[in-house]
Amino acid sequence: MTSAKTPYLTIQNLTKKFGDFTALDDISLDVYENEFVCFLGPSGCGKTTLLRAIAGLDIQTYGTVIQDEIDISALPSSERDFGIVFQSYALFPNLTVHKNIAYGLENRKMPKSEILTRVKELLELVGLPDQGDKYPAQLSGGQQQRVALARAMATSPGLLLLDEPLSALDARVRVHLRSEIKDLQRRLGVTTIMVTHDQEEALTMADRIVVMNQGIIDQVGTPEEIYRSPRTDFVADFIGTMNFMPGCVVKKGHVLVGATTLACDTNGFDKGDLVNVAIRPEDINAQDISDKDSADNTLAATIDSMEFLGSFYRATLAKGLFGGDLNSDHLLADFSINLVRRKNVLPNSNLKVAFPKDLIRLYPVTS
Amino acid sequence: MTGVTLSANERVLVKPKLSRDDWQMRSVMIGIGVLLLIGIILPLYTMLSKSFENKDGDFIGLANFNEYFSTPALFYSGVNSLTISIIATVIVLSTAFLYAYALTRTCMPFKWFFKLVAIIPLLTPSLLGGISLIYWFGNQGVIKDLLLGNTVYGPIGITIGSSYWVFPHALMIVITALSITDARLYEAAEALRTSKVKIFFTVTLPGCKYGLISAAFVIFTLVFTDFGVPKVIGGNYNMLATDIYKQVIGQQNFQMGAVVSVILLFPAVIAFTVDRIVQRKQVALLSSRAVPYQPKPSNGRDYTMFVFCLVVAIFIIAMLGMAQYAALVKFWPYNLTLALDNYNFDVMDGGGWEAFWNSIDLAVYTALFGTIIVFIGAYLMEKGRGFKTGRTAFHMVAITPLAVPGMVLGLAYIFFFNHPANPLNFLYGTMTILVIVTVVHFYTVSHLTAVTALKQMDNEFESVSASLKAPFYKTFTRVTVPVCLPAVFDISIYLFLNAMTTVSAVIFLYSSDTTLASVAVLNMDDAGDTAPAAAMAMMIAYTCAAVRIGHVLLTRGISKTTQAWRGH
Repeated sequence: MTSAKTPYLTIQNLTKKFGDFTALDDISLDVYENEFVCFLGPSGCGKTTLLRAIAGLDIQTYGTVIQDEIDISALPSSERDFGIVFQSYALFPNLTVHKNIAYGLENRKMPKSEILTRVKELLELVGLPDQGDKYPAQLSGGQQQRVALARAMATSPGLLLLDEPLSALDARVRVHLRSEIKDLQRRLGVTTIMVTHDQEEALTMADRIVVMNQGIIDQVGTPEEIYRSPRTDFVADFIGTMNFMPGCVVKKGHVLVGATTLACDTNGFDKGDLVNVAIRPEDINAQDISDKDSADNTLAATIDSMEFLGSFYRATLAKGLFGGDLNSDHLLADFSINLVRRKNVLPNSNLKVAFPKDLIRLYPVTS
Repeated sequence: MTGVTLSANERVLVKPKLSRDDWQMRSVMIGIGVLLLIGIILPLYTMLSKSFENKDGDFIGLANFNEYFSTPALFYSGVNSLTISIIATVIVLSTAFLYAYALTRTCMPFKWFFKLVAIIPLLTPSLLGGISLIYWFGNQGVIKDLLLGNTVYGPIGITIGSSYWVFPHALMIVITALSITDARLYEAAEALRTSKVKIFFTVTLPGCKYGLISAAFVIFTLVFTDFGVPKVIGGNYNMLATDIYKQVIGQQNFQMGAVVSVILLFPAVIAFTVDRIVQRKQVALLSSRAVPYQPKPSNGRDYTMFVFCLVVAIFIIAMLGMAQYAALVKFWPYNLTLALDNYNFDVMDGGGWEAFWNSIDLAVYTALFGTIIVFIGAYLMEKGRGFKTGRTAFHMVAITPLAVPGMVLGLAYIFFFNHPANPLNFLYGTMTILVIVTVVHFYTVSHLTAVTALKQMDNEFESVSASLKAPFYKTFTRVTVPVCLPAVFDISIYLFLNAMTTVSAVIFLYSSDTTLASVAVLNMDDAGDTAPAAAMAMMIAYTCAAVRIGHVLLTRGISKTTQAWRGH
């Protein structure tokens, strides 16, 4: 890496074992100051384990964690500098909102009047200025999570850890709180790590996403990088939707899928390599059947069925698109409402689809 | 990423540094663990080794056991205990099942009344049933002809008396088992047009199978190890628990007492093990999404059940009622005028009113110190971080007392604390040792109640507190205890009631200064003062009832003042 910045948090060769099970396998990662990083992956991938290791709640078996140039690898939670928000909110039920937020401040021997001002400030920050005297049970889920956030931020920690903070909330509240948390993080500039299994959450909130799978990091990158250039077929499949077709590199710049040769970038592969040919549904373009200038990678397709998804249709293309003995090619293609209306696309109708050369990605076949 | 990959054997294990909280939590937990070790494990060990020794303390292997099994009188009391326990288990289990079924699965009227009546035996010493039976069926009993010439002093009396007092213990388990059902199972069965009988055998019974097994073992163990009932109404019919008493108190044969204790320990340990396994399976049946079952009225079934429950209720009330009546009657059966003469305990042998006040002291101390120790211990075990071995060991020790019958525990205490070489010898004969033995005797149920309440609390409370740099005792006092207050009161009331009514463990340990009400009942009955014994048993019952009512009011008050944050 050529980055001149020093990372705020460095994780080196971190391994966590639970008995014989390896939950995290030799993880290394840098997080920079003011950054919003998301750990994204399916359940059981180790993302929460990694967060808990960073927090010192479940200390790793091997490896180092350095925060703000201090080696905190073996320190207990109470000697680390972080604020944490859990999916369950974990608000103290018998204390008012005010007392919940003040809880950490009292332990710093802060004078009462200062605590009062600080709590007021925090309540305003999270948009709950008049709710200080209520108990958590009297608030909605979204409000409770804001209180939890205020409590975590009260002591101005250097690192904010969010463990699936939005997963217990309604879809609508979730979307709303998503932008609020992001906004708050930007204003306060606190280095933040959030664990989530929701790709949309990660894509919209994170500066960088760490995609994890089975205890290892598959890819680290900005949301665009992760979505546009997934490094592995797992990332490609997990984030967004991806069509996969078995293929074989026939010569430089060309792969054979079924009986059809597609032009694409074959960098990193040799002739004769078996590959997984991948393309996203929204990257498959519909063209008029009469289009004369049929470019590379254009095929005549029949629509098998269509699924209405609000702003667009997801069409399943009929089998046999690529010819040959390729039978599993149930391709998905997204068509905008506009296009469907204009071209009168219906199940069983025919149209030409193009597979843009630059948007096709190849992945090695994993046995 | 520039991290250097190291091979597995080059990597250095991270040794987590312990925080101050960790140190404090672990030391307090170990402290309580050591207390438990002294309170249960060491005495048990001493008793076990005693059973392999002769009178001079030399190791003689299994000789004592050989002697036991070759003495027919002793051997037969084991057979007797087994017989009575099996019969009582069958009777109580079927009664408790029907009673619980009526309460949970029918629309029988006056359920509140039947619930109330069912807990009466919990408020009285087990001896009370025996005393009542004497007045109903004894030599001068009111309806002794119903026994067709058989005597109540013996297996019949023991069976009825035991059934009376273990009934609520079994009932509560079966009610819980029947309550945790999913109404949707029944809806599905009905939608599939299953007959009522088939639903009962394919849905209802399998659903509460584990509860029934658990209840059966509880009944068996309680009856098998009970001392009070056979002592009062057993006559010449010997049981294991009364044998220990006779061997130790009567013949001062401590070695044989230890042998009988070991034998008494066996079925209790088996029952305990089975119960542990079953409890674990029962939990797995629970799903948080289950829809509670709402019974629909069905006249035939509801009224049959009503009549059945009424019969059981009348039986329970008759036991309590007769004890009360006998306590008030001047001179049974010749002068039936009512008076308070029998409450004039100070003119009788057995301990007098002092015994009653001693019992109150014991109950208060047991409830107070017991609750504090049990709850703190459970908290540290449940919410501590790391130190898995220590926490598991603590749990093992904490659940051991449940497998140890009171008689065995009491005898083990004699061996351990009365040993001249024991530095704790000074405790012998004091109120302190009575408090210790009572707390230990009832430790497990209290511990499990606390653990259940603590498990319902979000584990992340401790994580959040650590991140906020709050010491654990702050979170414990400000959050954990207030939130768990209902459970804390449940534990203290449980300890109080049991301390008031228990006989088995304390019978070996009281001194002339620390006679207890329940012991006084036994001694007065032994001396032929049956009516004053009944009166003293009733004093215990009044106290327990009053405390119980106070507990209900207190709980109600708490739930009112904390409604704002409990949310319902």
